[in-house]
Amino acid sequence: MLDAAVFQGLSWNLLDDFRQLFTYPFMVNALEAGTIVAVMAGVTGWFMVLRRQAFAGHTLSVIAFPGAAAAGWAGVPLALGYFGFCGAGALVLAAIAGTRRSLGAESAAIGSLQALALALGFVFVSLSHSILTGLDSLLFGTFLGITRSQVLVLLVVAVATVAVTAFAARPLFFASVDSDVARASGVPVRLLGLGFLLVLGLSVAETSQITGALLVFALLVTPAATAHRLTPRPWLGLTLAVALALAVTWAGLALAYFSIYPVGFYVTSLSFGVYVLVRIVTR
Amino acid sequence: MSEPAVALEGATIRLGGRAILEDVSLGVARGEFVAVLGPNGAGKSTLVKAILGLLPLAAGKAKVLGRPPGEANARIGYLPQRRNFDSATRIRGIDLVRLGLDGSRWGIPIPGLPGTKEKARRVAEVLELVGASRYATKPIGELSGGEQQRLLIAQALVRRPQLLLLDEPLDSLDLASQAAVAALVRRICEQEHVAVLLVAHDVNPILGFIDQVVYVAGGSAVGGRPRDVITSETLTRLFGVPIEVLHASDGRLVVVGQPEAPFHHGDRHA
Ligand SMILES: Nc1ncnc2c1ncn2[C@@H]1O[C@H](COP(=O)(O)OP(=O)(O)OP(=O)(O)O)[C@@H](O)[C@H]1O
Ligand SMILES: [Mg+2]
Repeated sequence: MLDAAVFQGLSWNLLDDFRQLFTYPFMVNALEAGTIVAVMAGVTGWFMVLRRQAFAGHTLSVIAFPGAAAAGWAGVPLALGYFGFCGAGALVLAAIAGTRRSLGAESAAIGSLQALALALGFVFVSLSHSILTGLDSLLFGTFLGITRSQVLVLLVVAVATVAVTAFAARPLFFASVDSDVARASGVPVRLLGLGFLLVLGLSVAETSQITGALLVFALLVTPAATAHRLTPRPWLGLTLAVALALAVTWAGLALAYFSIYPVGFYVTSLSFGVYVLVRIVTR
Repeated sequence: MSEPAVALEGATIRLGGRAILEDVSLGVARGEFVAVLGPNGAGKSTLVKAILGLLPLAAGKAKVLGRPPGEANARIGYLPQRRNFDSATRIRGIDLVRLGLDGSRWGIPIPGLPGTKEKARRVAEVLELVGASRYATKPIGELSGGEQQRLLIAQALVRRPQLLLLDEPLDSLDLASQAAVAALVRRICEQEHVAVLLVAHDVNPILGFIDQVVYVAGGSAVGGRPRDVITSETLTRLFGVPIEVLHASDGRLVVVGQPEAPFHHGDRHA
């Protein structure tokens, strides 16, 4: 897998090291994929935090795991598993929310779904006799072996969902903060709720492919929560969420390149560090 | 323009198989200020939602600004009951008001496009009108209930509606602010010829400002001039229990014997 010759290690000549990042196609692919994913995660994450749907987002990320494992077992592209399972998961979440029972009952139903998803994931992993490193990268992310065609799929999905979200931005913002008045003004509140869950599912599916299923929060929630803390202005907040997600992704990929730890670890630590810092400063 | 703002004829509204309001007739003229009063659970909010077309009529006819309910909502400003934003809500009041103007529009607003300045000016103007300019750029969750309420009134007003539906806008205000808001609504009503339906619990803070009062109780509603409706005879008939209206020396009306939740009491102790 890792050819020793590929890595020249950190020379501490920062300019050289920086240039080295772009020498290898696999690293260029990783940086491009990371950039695409960060932009998408920043935008959808900002709305997710606004709508207080972090629990739903987390559930979708847990569902991403059996998706990828099932795809690995069936021998189809992993992306298919991610998108298929997360999309279906979004529909199930929408159905659960649509039954409109108490909030507690809803949380319980979503929680059970999470447990089921985790169990399914391990079933698929053991069925396919994956080696442990395979499991590792499903859960904690990898930037090795991202191909051109994978980057292209990520790009198409990201452009489509970001475009749809931008087009619906104002009604979605309205429905998220003030649903009664939005409904009375003719905003299709329920349809937007369903549409947003689908967008969220696609974002989680994309993000999982970089950070791994368990660390989706690092890109989806933490930069967005930091942005909400920094400013109540909607457009500025969205921009900040994207900028933060980009910054931690790039830094995380670079650090992972020069070390033995998974990229998800760095992205998580960096974004959490920024969040804590901002919380302390904006006290 | 001579069409009434709201015209209900024999309207019946059912929720969960129960008739909440039955055979209600009501007319609100353009530029008229109407207060809707009644005990908890009487159906005041239900009436407002039916006017918005959010709840269907089971029977009867309704016209709102000359159209069936729900079709003229772009010309209605709505303030739902008891909305408050907790301190975790990181939205500015000014953005919330702006949503009232173009929140239902699709597409990305491009700064510098014609109309952008105009919209910002309108938002500033309406914030000034309700006296909320000072705190409009703070996160709304950090404001007091009364300050939030003023911003929400601004949101309802910003599109220059022809009909304002305000569901308990005086709810979290102190007495002085209640009178101030009622005076403000009266002024808007006269200046911009807007019809107003304002749901309230106490008639006194608004008594001097309103043209008509509608009392909702026991599944029906009675409307008319305040001095005609708020009488011992009318209210006794409406509530089905003896009610006495006293005139205090300062002009206030005191309604005595008004049961808070007539249905529930009646059933259990009969
Ligand atoms: N979705 C619903 N299904 C069944 N019954 C409902 C529904 N919504 C409201 N009701 C009932 O309709 C009645 C009227 O409710 P409404 O909210 O209109 O009262 P209200 O006059 O506005 O009271 P309040 O002063 O407390 O605001 C209540 O008895 C309530 O329980
Ligand atoms: Mg009510």
